[in-house]
Amino acid sequence: MTTPVSSMVLVLVGSLIGSVGSIFLKSGAHALNRHWTSFAFNWRLAVGIGTYLVSSVLFVKGMSNGELSVLFPLVSVGYVCTLVWSRLFFNETITKVKLAGVGLILIGITFLGLGGR
Amino acid sequence: MSPATSSSEPHVIDPAKRRQSILIVICCTLLVAIGQYLIKLGANHLSHAGLLATMIGIFTIPPLFAGYCLYGVFTVLFVYALRNGELSILYPLIALGYVWVTITAVVAFHESMNPLKVTGLVVIVAGVAVLGWGGGKATEGKP
Repeated sequence: MTTPVSSMVLVLVGSLIGSVGSIFLKSGAHALNRHWTSFAFNWRLAVGIGTYLVSSVLFVKGMSNGELSVLFPLVSVGYVCTLVWSRLFFNETITKVKLAGVGLILIGITFLGLGGR
Repeated sequence: MSPATSSSEPHVIDPAKRRQSILIVICCTLLVAIGQYLIKLGANHLSHAGLLATMIGIFTIPPLFAGYCLYGVFTVLFVYALRNGELSILYPLIALGYVWVTITAVVAFHESMNPLKVTGLVVIVAGVAVLGWGGGKATEGKP
């Protein structure tokens, strides 16, 4: 079985959209306070949840065709991107420990995909 | 809900709250796995359904409805956790969902287990442990 490029693109785009969505979720989360309007008129939260839904639809479409050993590692591209977004938008540090953790997760997901053939 | 003051200073995070956020997200991934299991159960009723029938099905097929509700609970808890935690740590933790989903697939749907899958699960858990334990400490006390 080979993996169609369209599936790879779907999963990759889904993964990127999901990681961008997490920026909106976090900034939306910080805008929340005890007043209900901070939730109801929180456009960042809405964008975050929307992108999350879009990315899950793309995942389901992409995963339905192709090899998991190829598609699973593409999902974890989003985790690496999130490290970069966190540094850019929230001044979080990229430490060796975080890189090691994300690296292990990436390797583990690749093994899981290889085992899924 | 924590006080609104944290919204003006998003980078100052209390270590205890950071640990709490990590625990919340770890529990959250379990919810997502249960949700996915229910959605898979419910989706069997919808194999030939169109878009409209699928959307109606989300509300009328109990396991499907329950599954999406769990997704909703996950989102609320994740947003709450993000208030007091670092995105660079919490977001990759979602990968723990793969571990639960694989275990559910083997136990509930009788998919096969093999050495590659076991290695994958162990390495993912190690990665999550490194992030959860070390990631919280790395920037502690640093505004």
